Amino acid sequence: MKKLPPVALFGIVGLAFILVGLLQSWTLAITILNDGLIVAIMALGVNMQWGYAGLFNIGVAGFFALGGLAVALVSQPVDPAAWAAGTPRILMALVFGAAVIWAGVQTYNRMAAGRLRTLAMLVLLVGGFFLFRAIYDSAANAVEALTPAATGNIGGLGLPVVLSWLVGGLLAAVAAWGVAKTALGLRSDYLAIATLGIGQILIAVMKNEDWLDRGVKNITNVGRWPVPYEVDLQQNAAFIARAKAWGMDPQTLSTIWVGLCFTALFTVVLLVLLVLMELALKSPWGRMMRAIRDNEIAAEAMGKDVKRRHLQIFVLGSAVIGVAGAMFVMLHGLLAPTSYDDPLRYTFLIWAMVILGGSGNNWGSVLGALIIMLMWDEAEGMGQFLASHLDMLPSVISGNAAVSKWVVDNAVYTRLPVIGLVLLLVLRFSPRGLIPEK
Amino acid sequence: MTFLIGEKMTGGYGPVDILHDCTLAVDKGQIAVIVGPNGAGKSTAMKAVFGMLKLRGGQVRLDGEDITALSPQDRVAKGMAFVPQTHNIFTSMTVEENLEMGAYLRRDDIKGTMEQVYHLFPILKQKRRQPAGELSGGQRQQVAVGRALMTQPKVLMLDEPTAGVSPIVMDELFDRIIEVARTGISILMVEQNARQALNIADMGYVLVQGANRYTDTGEALMADPDVRKTFLGG
Amino acid sequence: MVDFLNAIVALLNYVIVPATSYGAQLALGALGVTLIYGILRFSNFAHGDTMAFGTAITILVTWLFQSWGIGFGPLPTALLALPFGIAVTALLLLGTDRMVYRFYRRQKAAPVILVIVSMGVMFIMNGLVRFVIGVQEQNFADGARFVITATQFRNLTGLDEGLAVRTSTVITVVTAVIVVAALFWFLNKTRSGKSMRAFSDNEDLALLSGINPERVVMITWLLVAALATTAGVLYGLDKSFKPFTYYQLLLPIFASAVVGGLGNPVGAILGGFVVAFSEVTFTYAWKKVLTYLLPASLAPDSLVQLLSTDYKFAVSFAILVVVLLFKPTGLLKGKSV
Ligand SMILES: Nc1ncnc2c1ncn2[C@@H]1O[C@H](COP(=O)(O)OP(=O)(O)OP(=O)(O)O)[C@@H](O)[C@H]1O
Ligand SMILES: [Mg+2]
Repeated sequence: MKKLPPVALFGIVGLAFILVGLLQSWTLAITILNDGLIVAIMALGVNMQWGYAGLFNIGVAGFFALGGLAVALVSQPVDPAAWAAGTPRILMALVFGAAVIWAGVQTYNRMAAGRLRTLAMLVLLVGGFFLFRAIYDSAANAVEALTPAATGNIGGLGLPVVLSWLVGGLLAAVAAWGVAKTALGLRSDYLAIATLGIGQILIAVMKNEDWLDRGVKNITNVGRWPVPYEVDLQQNAAFIARAKAWGMDPQTLSTIWVGLCFTALFTVVLLVLLVLMELALKSPWGRMMRAIRDNEIAAEAMGKDVKRRHLQIFVLGSAVIGVAGAMFVMLHGLLAPTSYDDPLRYTFLIWAMVILGGSGNNWGSVLGALIIMLMWDEAEGMGQFLASHLDMLPSVISGNAAVSKWVVDNAVYTRLPVIGLVLLLVLRFSPRGLIPEK
Repeated sequence: MTFLIGEKMTGGYGPVDILHDCTLAVDKGQIAVIVGPNGAGKSTAMKAVFGMLKLRGGQVRLDGEDITALSPQDRVAKGMAFVPQTHNIFTSMTVEENLEMGAYLRRDDIKGTMEQVYHLFPILKQKRRQPAGELSGGQRQQVAVGRALMTQPKVLMLDEPTAGVSPIVMDELFDRIIEVARTGISILMVEQNARQALNIADMGYVLVQGANRYTDTGEALMADPDVRKTFLGG
Repeated sequence: MVDFLNAIVALLNYVIVPATSYGAQLALGALGVTLIYGILRFSNFAHGDTMAFGTAITILVTWLFQSWGIGFGPLPTALLALPFGIAVTALLLLGTDRMVYRFYRRQKAAPVILVIVSMGVMFIMNGLVRFVIGVQEQNFADGARFVITATQFRNLTGLDEGLAVRTSTVITVVTAVIVVAALFWFLNKTRSGKSMRAFSDNEDLALLSGINPERVVMITWLLVAALATTAGVLYGLDKSFKPFTYYQLLLPIFASAVVGGLGNPVGAILGGFVVAFSEVTFTYAWKKVLTYLLPASLAPDSLVQLLSTDYKFAVSFAILVVVLLFKPTGLLKGKSV
């Protein structure tokens, strides 16, 4: 099969977005584009880990959620009541917990193997665990008891939300470092299972620790500076005048304008990352990564520190995913921890993007992300579309109320088999993806 | 009358040929031995004869029939058996199960053949309920040979059956192999212990870099001063 | 003494009985994963969805039977429907193998490629399950709910604590024992079963012995269909059916298979129980049992729950990591491709 050049492929995708804008609505096109830019960044992170280094991370959703958490912690107003009630004690407990684990690792490494060491570890860890719980439980409860309907969590730092992108990356990096330290030595599919586990645990923590992020009660007041709010625009005289001049109603224009602001912001981030990653890939470091991926044993024999390189790239890739997570929460103005509990959407979909685009190729990952997001989001409206165009369907369906209801209700799920099919077809007929690695 | 012959075989694992016009043959009820330095392509030649390697040239004939295109399984059905150099037993299965798996293609009663194998290798009967992976190196080789014999083959191919085996056990094994040959089974075998092997060989092949260097009766090769000097250590 | 008995009963009721039935369900799930790993040599991420699919079909057939007025007395109708669920799942798996996996097998593709391929299959099966039955929770258990209720037990023994034994628990354990016994009989005593073990042990030598790999693979998928559907139906009878929950079972099931040693059927069973018992032990509030056992002055006032049930994944995960760090091939020797 002859391959289209990348420019043409991006052109086709661009055209598809324009078609969505013309045929459906520009708001929708921009919404999908913004989602697409975010998942493109996630895909870059996964591509770093898998494409550059062959590391199998399927805990993507967890790192992504962690990035979202950063938004809450950075941008929420400082909550003095929570600080008075228990925030310091919670922090202390966490530091204490970390210290116990550190001490445990030290004991394990320093002491000679034997019954004594087992005993010491047991006492340390079990004792440490109960002490931790003693400090932590009461403090967490105290914080959660504060005006639970409105806050009930530790609040944040009251800083500009854009900062959370960095913090999100940082949080994800720290978590990834922990995972990498324990699990990176494992074989690829074991590592995959381990990352799946970590991802689920991270999300479980965010769902259940109300003091942290209000859990299922969600956080909405996250801010979006420098992007303006629609309501503010709609009350701005100059803006209304401009909308009039362009013959649009201010409401629509404000949505589009806000969307475009996000698009611009995200595009800048994406491009910066792309450039950095391309540079890294072409540097000696990138060449070494690929050498390690292609033949780990040979690279090791040549004196490359494979484990260290893997650690580096795992942490970096996860950090990129964390950045995307922070951007995502900022875009939607909502941190909803439960929503992350969907590995299909937040982990495996990203994998499909990387594979479709071409493992190891950054541009490919971006392309794959835009295509798959388009398919995914378009399917969202399919039920509605079918419902309003029932007469276009064969009479077997439109004639029978139960059948047509079933079709309308289930239309959205067609995206799952479709994506699966795309993935399988790519793997089978074009395993190097749309834009193969050079 | 040549029973099995791989004639002018050329081929390898990838684009590079390992075998170059290599010919190996064995007559009915005789023993043919292949010797040569490490990496000469002995194992590769055996795989080629057994259909585990794509040949780019040459052919393999069994009893006059061209079998070059047959898969290894089909060759088993035709009466060939092969004991590879490594990984030649099912380590997690008992000795008896190993033998049963050897006879997988047979639908008749295999009790008699199994008794014959036990008769040939009495130690296996003692250990028949033990996982083969727990046996000693020599015992494992016996299991491997026994497994191959279970199909009641007409030709038995052995790739270094005495690898990692003490001299005493090695002599034992050679005796058993001669015994097998006496029953009319042709034996094509690769051996590292060239002297002993050529001693019992009707035909000997010296392979170097994937090509026949010397081909003669075992006796003649043993007598040839060049062969002695380079391959038999004087 | 009575306190001691009460403690034992409470322990049985809240820890041992639930963990046993959960462990049996995990073991059956893990057996499927481990068989696929042993024969086809990859970790199948579509296994949770396979379980969900088999269960969904079984539920549909159950509803059909119920609408015809067919029941199974005190036992759940689903048990009658189970063979149908297995059959349809087997067809699906064989079809998938023919259309998807076989190609890669012929190519001798790296295991990690097959893992990614199984992701694609996972998407498709996930969608399929939603089409078949939707995403909502379904309760399809009928028949008698309890073999003995807590009240009956209390009246019977005069203890304060009750021991409730649910029908689903008994069915789970009995079915699991039967299925496992049949599986092991098959693997150890039949020609086909032995050829599977041989293939798993040493693929090349199996080929040299004339074992037909396609046949081995086919039998494997049939067994996997039976194991996965049975595991799914038992889990659904015990708790309830919800596609997403089944999807999430992937982690504890993988943990069980890996902890026991991937590719090792006995290991899968051991792993299932290790994971189940740890999960329940860590997430159970021990206050009740301790109150019975300790003198009043020492009685705990907190729940003595080591972890909230929301963190049960953490337990599977922790066991997984600890075992892998110290015994990389699992508790019983697994294979490493
Ligand atoms: N599976 C394989 N793939 C690629 N090359 C191989 C493979 N097996 C062997 N070779 C190469 O083929 C050549 C011949 O190897 P072969 O195993 O046939 O040698 P041999 O004569 O049996 O040696 P030995 O006495 O050590 O068993 C070697 O150069 C080896 O590197
Ligand atoms: Mg060799």
